[in-house]
Amino acid sequence: MEKILTVQNLTKKFGHLTAVNDLSFTIEKGNVYGILGPNGSGKSTTLGIVLNVVNRTKGEFSWFNGNTSTHEALKKVGAIIERPNFYPYMTAAQNLKLVCKIKEVSTDKVDEKLELVGLLDRKNSKFKTYSLGMKQRLAIASALLNDPEILILDEPTNGLDPQGIHQIREIIKKIAAQGTTILLASHLLDEVEKVCSHVVILRKGVKLYSGRVDGMLASHGFFELKSKDNGALEAYLKTNASFGEIKLENGLLTAFLKEELDPGTLNKLLLDKGIILSHLVKRKESLEEQFLELTKNQSN
Amino acid sequence: MIRLLQIEFIKLWNNRASKILVFSYFILLTSIALVAAIKFDIGPINFHLAEQGIFNFPYIWHFNTFITAFFKLFLAIVIVSMMANEYSNKTIKQNLIDGLSKKEFILSKFLTVVTFALISTVFVFVVSLILGIVYSDFNELSIIFSDLEFLLAFFVKLMGFFAFCMFAGILVKRSAFALGFLILWQIFEGFVRAILRWKIFEGHTETDAVMGLFPLNAMWNLIDEPFSRLSAVQSLGDQIGEDFRFDYAVHWYEILIVLGWTAIFVYLSYALLKRRDL
Repeated sequence: MEKILTVQNLTKKFGHLTAVNDLSFTIEKGNVYGILGPNGSGKSTTLGIVLNVVNRTKGEFSWFNGNTSTHEALKKVGAIIERPNFYPYMTAAQNLKLVCKIKEVSTDKVDEKLELVGLLDRKNSKFKTYSLGMKQRLAIASALLNDPEILILDEPTNGLDPQGIHQIREIIKKIAAQGTTILLASHLLDEVEKVCSHVVILRKGVKLYSGRVDGMLASHGFFELKSKDNGALEAYLKTNASFGEIKLENGLLTAFLKEELDPGTLNKLLLDKGIILSHLVKRKESLEEQFLELTKNQSN
Repeated sequence: MIRLLQIEFIKLWNNRASKILVFSYFILLTSIALVAAIKFDIGPINFHLAEQGIFNFPYIWHFNTFITAFFKLFLAIVIVSMMANEYSNKTIKQNLIDGLSKKEFILSKFLTVVTFALISTVFVFVVSLILGIVYSDFNELSIIFSDLEFLLAFFVKLMGFFAFCMFAGILVKRSAFALGFLILWQIFEGFVRAILRWKIFEGHTETDAVMGLFPLNAMWNLIDEPFSRLSAVQSLGDQIGEDFRFDYAVHWYEILIVLGWTAIFVYLSYALLKRRDL
C-alpha cells in the first residue's frame, strides 16, 4: 500500500498542557479515515501540525514517503480546517483563482469545482455575502481544485443546519466514491461511521486505537432475541458456551457472543429445544457503542 | 518570484480600500508638479516658486525626493493592513495549508514592498525629470544626471520604512494597533534622543551618531532637508552671518544602516511567523 502520511511519536505541548502525546499512525492511499475524539482531544492540533500551521514539540511526520518538503506536499493535499478562511472582499471565483496560484495549478477547474458544490451561480458574489453553509462548500471546492491525493476535513459540518450537513455529507460521499483518500476529523460518530473504513481514536492527546472500524473491539457481535418464554430462553443461553454476558431489557434479550455463531444455527438449536423466537437479530456494536466501550476501558 | 508577486497582487488589487490608497499615493506623487504653479502677483511682489531654483538640476533630485518621501505614509497604511488582515481573516493559515511555505509568504510580502519602493522611485524620477526639463536653468546632460544618489537613497528609505511596516503588521496583527506601534516607536526614538542629549553625551555629534543607528532616524538621515540649500536661503545666511552650508550628501554608511535594518525586519518577520502557532 502506498503511504500518504506517516506520523511518528508526535508530541505537542502548549505550556503545561500536552495536546498531542506521542502519537503515531499511518494513512494509506485509497482509504477513508476518521479521526475520532471528544472536543479537545488533539484532533485539530494533529492536523495543524501535519498541515504546517502548528509547530511540533517532538516527533516526526512525513508526506508521501518523505520525498518532498511539507509545503510542496501540501500542494497535493486539499484541506479544510475548522472555519472557512477566505478574503471577504473577493468573490468566490477570485478566491479560488488565488488558491490555484498558490497551488500552482491552472485555473481551468474553478467552474467545475464550483459546480460540484453547487455554487456556480454565485461565483461572482463576494465571500462576505455567503452563508456559513455556502462558505463551507466553497472551502470544499477550494480543497478540490488540485484534484488532491488526500482530502483533509476538520469538523466539516460544525455549525451547519441539517440541510447544510446533508449537503456536505453528500459531497463527501461523492468524493469518496471517486477513490480519493479522505481524512475526516469529527466528534460526531455517526458521521464517521457513515463514510469511514478506518479510524484513529484519540483521547486527551493519546491514541486509543487505529485500524479498521470493524476491528475496533475484538467482538463477534451480539444477538437480540425475543420469545414467548424469555425465562427458558435465558436459561438455555446461559448453558451455551458461545455466549457471554446476557442482558434483559424491555422484554428483549441481548446476548453477547464469545465466538462466531451464525443466526441460522442458533435458530435451529433453539427450535430443537422447543423455544420459538419471535425476534432474532444479529448485530455488531455501532461505532458509538464501540467508542464508549473503548474510552471506558481506558479510563479504568 | 513572479508567482509570489502575482499572489500578492491578486490580494491587493481586489481590495477596494488598498486600491484607492495606492491610487491617491501616486496622484500625490504627481501633484508635486503643482508646486510649480505657486505664483504670487501682488503689486510689486512677483513670486513664482518654480523660478526660485527649486527645479534646477541637480537640486531638484534632492528637493523632490525629500518632499515626496512624506507621502509614503499612504502606502504604510496599505502595507500594515495587508499584513494584519492576513491574521484577522485567518487567510494566512489557509495560505500555508494550501501549500505556500512560510518563507514564500514573507518573500511575497517583501517583494511587494520592494516593488512599491521601486515604482515610487521611477515615478519620482520621471516627474522630476519632466519638471526639471521645463523649469531648470541648466540643461546639460552631465548636470541633469548628477546627484542621482538621492534617488538611490529615496529607494532605500522607502524600502526600509515599508519593511518596518511589514514587521509591525506581523508583530501586532491588527492594522490600527500596528500603525499605533509605528507612532509609538517614533516617540520612543525621540525619547532616547532626549535622554542621550541631556544625560549621556556632551554634544550633538555623539548623540547624532548614536541616533543614526535607530531605524526611523537612520531613514530620516538618508535625505537631509533641502531648504537651507536654496540660493535664496544661502544668501540670507550670508547677510546675517550664519553659515548654512551643511553636509547634504548621501553617505554610504547611512545607506548601509538602513539596508541592515531592512534585512533585520524581514528576518524578524520570518522568525516570528515561523515560531508562532496559527
